[in-house]
Amino acid sequence: MILVLLFMLPFVGGFLCWQTERFGRGLPRWVALGTMVVVLGMTLYLWATGDYSVTLLGPEHHWVHEYQLAWIPRFGISFHLALDGLSLILVGLTGLLGIMAVACSWREVQRHVGFFHLNLLWNLGGVIGVFMAMDLFLFFFFWEMMLVPMYFLIALWGHNAPGGKGRVYAATKFFIFTQASGLLMLLAIIGLVFVHYQATRVITFDYPVLLHTPMGPQAEWWLMLGFFVAFAVKLPVVPLHSWLPDAHSQAPTAGSVDLAGVLLKTAAYGLLRFSLPLFPHASAQFAPVAMWLGVLGIVYGAVLAFAQNDIKRLVAYTSISHMGFVLVGIYAGTDQAMQGAVINMLAHGISAGGLFILCGEVYERLHTRDLREMGGLWSRFPFLPPIVLFFAAASLGLPGLGNFVGEFLVLLGTFRAHPLIALCSASGLVLAAAYSLIMMQRAFYGPPKGDEPLEDMNYRELATMMSLMAILLLLGIYPQPVLDVARAPVQAVQELYQSATGLLSQAGAP
Amino acid sequence: MNGIALLPLLPILITSATIVVAMLAVAFRRHHWWNATVVAIGLNLALLASAWLLLPEFLVRFLPQFAGAAGAPVIPRAETPLLVVDAYSAFYMSLVLATALATATLSYAYMEGHKGNREEVYLLLALSALGGLVMACSRHFASFFVGLELLSLPLYGMIGYLVKERRSLEAAMKYLVLSAAASAFILFGMALVYAQTGSLLFTEIGERAGGFAGPDHSMLLVGGALILVGIAFKLSLAPFHLWTPDVYEGAPAPVVAYLSTASKTAVFAVLLRYFVEAKAYRYGGLLDVMTVLAVLSIVLGNVLALMQDNIKRLLGYSSIAHFGYILAAFIAAGPLAVEAVGVYLLTYVVTNLAAFGVVTLMSSPYGEHDADALWDYRGLFWRRPNLSAILTVALLSLAGIPMTAGFIGKFYVFAAGVDKRLWVLMGAVAFGSAIGLFYYLRAMAQLYLRAPWVRKYSAPLDWAQGAGGVMLLALMILMLVLGVFPSPFIAIVQASGLAGQ
Repeated sequence: MILVLLFMLPFVGGFLCWQTERFGRGLPRWVALGTMVVVLGMTLYLWATGDYSVTLLGPEHHWVHEYQLAWIPRFGISFHLALDGLSLILVGLTGLLGIMAVACSWREVQRHVGFFHLNLLWNLGGVIGVFMAMDLFLFFFFWEMMLVPMYFLIALWGHNAPGGKGRVYAATKFFIFTQASGLLMLLAIIGLVFVHYQATRVITFDYPVLLHTPMGPQAEWWLMLGFFVAFAVKLPVVPLHSWLPDAHSQAPTAGSVDLAGVLLKTAAYGLLRFSLPLFPHASAQFAPVAMWLGVLGIVYGAVLAFAQNDIKRLVAYTSISHMGFVLVGIYAGTDQAMQGAVINMLAHGISAGGLFILCGEVYERLHTRDLREMGGLWSRFPFLPPIVLFFAAASLGLPGLGNFVGEFLVLLGTFRAHPLIALCSASGLVLAAAYSLIMMQRAFYGPPKGDEPLEDMNYRELATMMSLMAILLLLGIYPQPVLDVARAPVQAVQELYQSATGLLSQAGAP
Repeated sequence: MNGIALLPLLPILITSATIVVAMLAVAFRRHHWWNATVVAIGLNLALLASAWLLLPEFLVRFLPQFAGAAGAPVIPRAETPLLVVDAYSAFYMSLVLATALATATLSYAYMEGHKGNREEVYLLLALSALGGLVMACSRHFASFFVGLELLSLPLYGMIGYLVKERRSLEAAMKYLVLSAAASAFILFGMALVYAQTGSLLFTEIGERAGGFAGPDHSMLLVGGALILVGIAFKLSLAPFHLWTPDVYEGAPAPVVAYLSTASKTAVFAVLLRYFVEAKAYRYGGLLDVMTVLAVLSIVLGNVLALMQDNIKRLLGYSSIAHFGYILAAFIAAGPLAVEAVGVYLLTYVVTNLAAFGVVTLMSSPYGEHDADALWDYRGLFWRRPNLSAILTVALLSLAGIPMTAGFIGKFYVFAAGVDKRLWVLMGAVAFGSAIGLFYYLRAMAQLYLRAPWVRKYSAPLDWAQGAGGVMLLALMILMLVLGVFPSPFIAIVQASGLAGQ
């Protein structure tokens, strides 16, 4: 029952935000903040009270928390929510970044405050649904449902960045990319269900039942591809990434935080939860392609980040680069690499979220996001530049911060299985150092463009930043609690996948 | 034939009586409200009667605990040589009648601003609805054709109802000529089928056609193809779709709401029954032709809608694409396909009524000219939030986004297609939906943009315009309920499956 509560909260909260606007402009913000704090609090409570050491994909399916209710019996669709360690971490991340998103739009959003928070919270509610849905129909339902509020966030409260094509264009592009690939996934889902039906005469969309569906290699290959394309667009994997920089550069700060911090993670989650366990053999076959795509993303994102003048676009391209590590880690097939991918998801969510919030704060003060018009800002703010430096360092993978742990584990795990790919991926770390430092150099050092001191961060902004920094630091120094929670589900996926990879290499051997 | 046997025919009888009463009422006294109410009451009674036909089947499937209380689940069924009333026809009759009622409500809001005679539109509407009912029940070429003509002829009058408006007249002429040509095709096709099989009854055609093989059934096939051409005209499937955007643009908005929903639904119902009962599914060639039609409709409809600045034309092209999707489900064949077609038509009708309903309510106060430019809708959300919320949900539903009715329909199409491995068609549906998003979102974004010259105030006009607004709100709720809790509606559609599957 607690899962239903957790999932309903943002929807109810969002509705309240919309309705309370008539009593005062500030009220929706407090309602939204309260809602997300409760969501985070509930996640922490679940973490503290649950035992997350059990495996899901073992002989008997076991979830830590579960809720199931028949929904559309005609197709064996049920309202099936469940939680294990992996879901828990990501729901927690959603709660945390939700709070940050509400906090960072405190001053930025002044138009239609209630409707804004309605969209923000409904989007977050959809994401939480994605992380907990264990029915493929329900998963797809949430997967698409979170797009509409995001569309509105970008289209209505976005910026018309100079040189860009406008926020409606960016929002539409985002929507079409994800929806079109989502339709392929829907086809694959239905295909999987019918394959299962033909094998067992049971029509169901329930994830635990569909696992271990017997199917021919060709069917498995095509169905896997349907899932992969949808996740690849959202992750994003490089040839399909072009919506991301546009969406980020036009989105409001809260939208960017949401997009980079949470929405991209749904794709990685989908790969781990659905693509690999449902189609282990096809995924194992596909792994080299996926990993090289990841390497391509790492290098491409990093190289393009150099060329950006818009600071938000720069951060957007670094996201592509970081998600490349996640992709490599997921498909590498070793335990460490997958654990690393999970840590990386978490750390990137926080560090990219933090950077986007900082970009928003710089924009609020300078009214430009163009790096060419910045320069010498260090002398004009007391607090903001060092904080940016902290997050830039996190992003370049400085040891002691969360991203380092994730990337290191990914590289270590990948090296055992695919040394060449690990080698190429490692170049991403060098490039990350270069673009992060160049960003710092261009924005904060050099001769100042003006003399008058700029308004510094207020307590609200400092508090959000400090908490994000503390979490990143904690994640970097002592990641064990997170690793423990995620171990059971990740290990189960890895074992399933490993056995498929083993079969593949046996078949390949003469 | 005794009285009990007539009971299943009640919807048709009541509608016929309504037409007579309405005609007398207009003759007796011209009064907009009173004449409209007479027709509305009659159609409501007919709707109740047809829903009652469906009730036992529905209860057995959805609420078995109540099925006993409602009496033994006897399916009321009547068979005359021309008509058959079973659960299938009861479902489509209800759909047609509900649509006609919605159209009447919209027309009432719309016609208030009209300066000429306003009362005959309800008469024409009831006549056309009667044609739809006959088609939903027809099992014979004669009743098929009579129903089709009864459906189409009043539509000419309705499309050209605003006689002083050039576009309206032009649309009526276009529709008249093309529709008559299509009817001629259908008639010729029927004659050829009759020449080969010697029967006009669907089931008998199916039985007798089984005896022919090889080149022997060429006449049958040509006949079938000609009928298909005519029906493709009526359903505005590409490449027979050319009339659609012009007629949609010129006709009064409530009439378009009717034209795009009830008339197509009725034609589709009879097409499906014909294919199942006459066993036309066994002709692979016919299905190949239909596949081409479906793919063409999906691609052309969506591509041509991309750059439309007129919302009526946009919805017209979108309806071409949607009938491509329904045809894709239709081609899949089998019980799941019948169900998919039913569900899709239901969701499509609800959605399209809501969309055109908003256009109607936007247009009516302006008299003779419809508010059909996308520009008219710019910033509507900040002036009439309820109306734009309805249009938003309708557009999302047309785009097939979850939580709305359209998604359930699309899901069904995919399910039916994947079941039969129609990959080309399914690819076309996915591709079409993806490009379709562009123009639905484009229209939707207009609602929320702030037009520089629009001050933020509530429009002086009552957005609801009474019954029309209430009905649209109900449609919006229905769209959301269909999208979130589709089970009862699926049960209704399942209850109305075709016998002999």
